Amino acid sequence: MVCGAVFFQRESAMRQPSNSKSMTIGESGLAAVFAITAYVCVIASAKALDAPFAFHAALGAAGSLAAVFCIVNRYFDRPAALPPAEVNGRPNYNMGPIKFSSFMAVFWGIAGFLVGLIIASQLAWPALNFDLPWTSFGRLRPLHTSAVIFAFGGNVLIATSFYVVQKSCRVRLAGDLAPWFVVVGYNFFILIAGTGYLLGVTQSKEYAEPEWYADLWLTIVWVTYLLVFLGTVVKRKEPHIFVANWFYLAFIVTIAVLHLGNNPALPVSVFGSKSYIAWGGIQDAMFQWWYGHNAVGFFLTAGFLAIMYYFIPKRAGRPIYSYRLSIIHFWALIFLYIWAGPHHLHYTALPDWTQTLGMTFSIMLWMPSWGGMINGLMTLSGAWDKLRTDPVLRMLVVSVAFYGMSTFEGPMMAIKVVNSLSHYTDWTIGHVHSGALGWVGFVSFGALYCLVPWAWNRKQLYSLKLVNWHFWIATLGIVLYISAMWVSGILQGLMWRAYTSLGFLEYSFIETVEAMHPFYIIRAAGGGLFLIGALIMAYNLWMTVRVAEQEVQMMPVALQPAE
Amino acid sequence: MKAILTLDNLTSGLVTTIWTPVFVAIFLAIIAYALWPRNKAAFDEAAQLPLREE
Repeated sequence: MVCGAVFFQRESAMRQPSNSKSMTIGESGLAAVFAITAYVCVIASAKALDAPFAFHAALGAAGSLAAVFCIVNRYFDRPAALPPAEVNGRPNYNMGPIKFSSFMAVFWGIAGFLVGLIIASQLAWPALNFDLPWTSFGRLRPLHTSAVIFAFGGNVLIATSFYVVQKSCRVRLAGDLAPWFVVVGYNFFILIAGTGYLLGVTQSKEYAEPEWYADLWLTIVWVTYLLVFLGTVVKRKEPHIFVANWFYLAFIVTIAVLHLGNNPALPVSVFGSKSYIAWGGIQDAMFQWWYGHNAVGFFLTAGFLAIMYYFIPKRAGRPIYSYRLSIIHFWALIFLYIWAGPHHLHYTALPDWTQTLGMTFSIMLWMPSWGGMINGLMTLSGAWDKLRTDPVLRMLVVSVAFYGMSTFEGPMMAIKVVNSLSHYTDWTIGHVHSGALGWVGFVSFGALYCLVPWAWNRKQLYSLKLVNWHFWIATLGIVLYISAMWVSGILQGLMWRAYTSLGFLEYSFIETVEAMHPFYIIRAAGGGLFLIGALIMAYNLWMTVRVAEQEVQMMPVALQPAE
Repeated sequence: MKAILTLDNLTSGLVTTIWTPVFVAIFLAIIAYALWPRNKAAFDEAAQLPLREE
């Protein structure tokens, strides 16, 4: 039937006189904007004050020209009419941008895990820095964090949000070129940010390293993302807005606010990469961690909770355990998370009352976090047996368990006395990774294992056995990683605060570094296992798309005898 | 005429104090809405939404 619809469109396009086909305002407008951008970028590249800026301007010019080519090329290839909103009375879902984002998520995931393994190895064996600026830990570390959080996580969030909002609103994604602009534009931002780190371009704000021009570009892309999402919600056929969409919307809106709040900067020159931030001193630190912790709260939590609330019910075939709890969960997170940032600045120049405020709200956050975890886990009631047979569901559920674990650990570490031991040690790194590998990583893998067969219209995954291997190898990797970092972090903290009977520090700094060595090797091994798991996933997803394709082609032959 | 909605007014004195009870009241209203017995049927149906597709 779908084939028939496609055929009908082509035929009607052919019958129409050629002059009835014309560019939409979006197509011609966007092509013109990109043509002008290309021109501006060429000038900026020629007048650039530093080499990285020239390189980025050249990338901008090349990217803009490619965009003009793609828009015009698509116009010549497409039938006169744009894809209809409905085919045979059913929504004509837009899967193209979702496929692109899913593919990029897997690509960036592997790149990000690999860079993580490299920098973990550099900490164990410093010679691996190669004494080159581009391969030094300081430049590779933000490449790792941005690649896994923003490139891998971001693409998973964009892909799943575009899928969930269409399906749960029962309507085609808003916009024609806009969704493509979002997914390609976002990945172009990643390219600019990532190459910038390697070339030494950074504004030195953790998780907000990209310089002013990358920030401006991201703002445009992100506002378009918000408009596409909102536009789809507005024209929905389903009267109720499903709770996952609330979480996605909170994620998109808050990231926009955080990005604008933390990044007001004045470039030294419009033809150079260096800029200075508008905020000064402790205000800058406060803004930075208001941003930083809400990036955790709304990027790494709210967005992925949206995945939990859609994909776990879908995969388990069970409704959400308590829809009422999901509403309270949502609003409690919104009201509390915003205040937790100061726990990153305990015992600094930040006023004491602000530190205590941040600590108090962090502890209160424990309740909604666990409310959400219980809601996710209990969704399996009546379907617990599926954990034994379905490794994808197991991955999703274990991710929620890790969410519970790290949202217990986090409030505990936000308590000032605990923080006085844990801060600046590897314990923080362990905590972040139990959240990032266990919660965000696993829920993303689970979502990709569901999303790829759905978006490519495949019956099932290529191999559930390989998912099982992925699950166990990655779980082992996480356990090695976080337990090594717990031991190393607490050891480090205790060594730093150890005094002799005469009141001198008992250990020199280098002695504490030496003590970390075995744990750094174990951590690198854990990271290596996690990477192997992701490679297995990439192979499995690739084969899901490819092999099933062959099956579809072979099917008519198999059908013939029955006919 | 004296401006009422200035940054100074919004970030100092009485107005900052008022935010706390206002937020608490809004949050309590949300909890009441979520737990209101008459809303239960509608929420139970909403929970089924992902399973009702296609």
